[in-house]
Amino acid sequence: MKYDMLILRFGEVTLKGKNRTRFENTALSHVRRLVAAFPEVEVRKEYGRIYVELHGVDSDQVVPRLQNVFGINSICLVKRAESELEHIQAIALEFMHEVMERYGEDAIIPFKVSARRVWKGFPHGSQEMNHLIGTPVLRTFPALKVNVNQPVVDLRIEIRQDGTYIYHEVVQAVGGFPLGSNGKAMLLLSGGIDSPVAGWSALRRGLEIECVHFHSYPFTSERAQQKVLDLAKVLAGFAGKIKVHMVPFTEIQTRFTQVGHDNLIITLMRRSMLRIATKLAEQHRAMALVTGDSLGQVASQTLGSMNVIGKATDIPLLRPLVMMDKNEIIDISVKIGTYDLSILPFEDCCTLFVPKSPATNPNLRIVEQIEAHIEGLDALIDEAVKNTETIVLRDDIDEESSAEKETVTADFKGSNEPTTKLIEDSWF
Amino acid sequence: MLYFDHCASTPPYDEVVQTLSEVMRMQYSNPSSIHQAGLAAEKLVTRSREVIAAALKVSPNEILFTSGATESNNIAIQGAALKKKSRGNHIITTGIEHSSVYECCRLMQRQGFDVTYLPVDASGCIRLEDLQAAITEQTILVSIMHVNNEMGSIQPIAEIGKLLSDYPRIIFHVDGVQGLGKLPVQLKEWGVDLYSISAHKVRGPKGVGLLYCREGVQLQSLYAGGEQERGLRPGTLNVPGIVAMAKAIRMTIERQPEAVEKMLQLRNQLIQVVDSIPELVLNSGRDTERAAPHIVHFSYPGMKPEVIIHMLEESDIMASTQSACSSKDLKPSRVLLAMGCNEARAAGGIRISLAAEQSEQDIATLEAALRIIVTKLKPLERG
Repeated sequence: MKYDMLILRFGEVTLKGKNRTRFENTALSHVRRLVAAFPEVEVRKEYGRIYVELHGVDSDQVVPRLQNVFGINSICLVKRAESELEHIQAIALEFMHEVMERYGEDAIIPFKVSARRVWKGFPHGSQEMNHLIGTPVLRTFPALKVNVNQPVVDLRIEIRQDGTYIYHEVVQAVGGFPLGSNGKAMLLLSGGIDSPVAGWSALRRGLEIECVHFHSYPFTSERAQQKVLDLAKVLAGFAGKIKVHMVPFTEIQTRFTQVGHDNLIITLMRRSMLRIATKLAEQHRAMALVTGDSLGQVASQTLGSMNVIGKATDIPLLRPLVMMDKNEIIDISVKIGTYDLSILPFEDCCTLFVPKSPATNPNLRIVEQIEAHIEGLDALIDEAVKNTETIVLRDDIDEESSAEKETVTADFKGSNEPTTKLIEDSWF
Repeated sequence: MLYFDHCASTPPYDEVVQTLSEVMRMQYSNPSSIHQAGLAAEKLVTRSREVIAAALKVSPNEILFTSGATESNNIAIQGAALKKKSRGNHIITTGIEHSSVYECCRLMQRQGFDVTYLPVDASGCIRLEDLQAAITEQTILVSIMHVNNEMGSIQPIAEIGKLLSDYPRIIFHVDGVQGLGKLPVQLKEWGVDLYSISAHKVRGPKGVGLLYCREGVQLQSLYAGGEQERGLRPGTLNVPGIVAMAKAIRMTIERQPEAVEKMLQLRNQLIQVVDSIPELVLNSGRDTERAAPHIVHFSYPGMKPEVIIHMLEESDIMASTQSACSSKDLKPSRVLLAMGCNEARAAGGIRISLAAEQSEQDIATLEAALRIIVTKLKPLERG
């Protein structure tokens, strides 16, 4: 169907008091960014809603993008009429013709009209309008049966001074809070399935995120790092822009293999990672850490391990996936488009030094003792923070910024000849 | 030289030649190697996939690189048929397909599949009623070319896709070799599952092509080998060829609107020439809805086309009999016979295939040569 306009409705944001305008404006600018590719499309905000005037652009192209706007709960697909009775009736009939095409001639469809007169200057009241619209519609489509309690087709008529909005179809959007409206956190991003999903969950909850990735080059390949950047790129598609902090972890990791407690390597590593991430969080003014931990999934995610590992940081450690089943996590990763990247076979640093039987219930006191005996661990951690390289990834919507990505990735990775420089733009 | 054989192959863009040689010289590593140089080569392939996907308005993971359209067609047809074997054994194609599709279907026939070869009307197009009638419970694959390579007839791909949308289990393959760059290609809107493309028909290098494979469509691999291209086309990726193809496809699609206009103009000019020489019979269509802009096909009934080709050659004009892939056998054209031409006409076909870079003067030169040839040959005509 050809729609004239979309109405985007906020979710939980509407519960907010004084911050509400800020939240709504954040969502508004998110919407603007996503429709920037369609110059005809016009966006405006009214109390509690965002209106997107399509001006001829196909709604099928716009709606899937806008379903990803955090803070938006639902999108109504609207046809417009002038606020005059005859015109409303005519457009409503036309609208119903197209609706009925979808259901077929013979189906019996429970139906109601929900008219709402917002503009009190309009001569007919809401109740009266229900009849004035319902009667000609029912006469034209005998398959419709009035059912005000459980309608399948609920024809909504919203009468305003500038025009009347007619709609029926409401598509669900992603919900949550507008981008970045709840502060900033550091996401520990591995190359696996879980952490990108945790990142997306954090974004949806209104957290701005910066990613922290630990690499152990040459024990891990450059492809593993590229994979993480590709995953972060997907997140950038939701967030507009994502920073990735690439932390060199080789030295710390190899040092842990020398202490003679192989079963505790993972615990020790994870604690160091949290320490480094916490320091990066301080530097970048983030107030929490986000991980993809899911209770019981692996040795480092048992309750005992979580306890010992979690003690390594003093800022909130958020685990959005902690109570989710793997299948649910996979479903989300497929939906947000990280799954296919996550299952690529390149090892990240966690899977490399995995001992045969990692501790599932480490003893905090022993772990702390071991750490105290590793000479220069704090210095190594500071060193890792210092040598962290930061890459900014942007969503591809505007080409200019993706070019920036190219130049940034070009200086990343400590090799003397950056590989991306060997790619000439003129070749394409 | 006047080159009128753009259906057989096209002169590569200068930029494509440059890209090909630069990439070949600078990025020689294997994109499957794990070192940095390999990674850089892999990035080139990834970028190429993105460039092509954007030009075709599909997703990068739907692009499968191959060695050309013959391989694409084989992977598509054999791969789909073998994968769907347990569901049915009926394939529908047309009588006017390129040999890489036609012979592939014949091979499947020898392996126990039933194949229906749809007839075409006098303009070289299939009829939707025939397709509809041919579909059975057993049908697993429909393979219909976009633009016929001999005659230039355009098959109603959008309508076929619409018809097949009622049969979601039938895979729809289109040999798009002569369509890309000459007609709009709207794979998603048409509901095409598989679409074969060759680089050298759109001013790219030879030895490289691709198969668009819609997400969700599964194919049986025909090869044993590495994991490249999801195992469907194992073997070291042709990095320079792929990058050069990406450039050629992008440039071709960007230039398509003006190019088509120019080709149509040349085509109309040439059709007038053919019409004005009574010995010649136009075989290709006149209606721009059903005939591609770059092909003019005509016969000199009773005259062996090789003679005309060689006489044109003496004037340094290159044209073609039938399609290059089958022009060595002297049998009457399968395509022309399918269109209902008599044997004399079907055996005497000359194909002139145009490019937008050519001029009216070029057509005038061709006209002059044709008139001289006809005058010389007139006394030698055989019934």
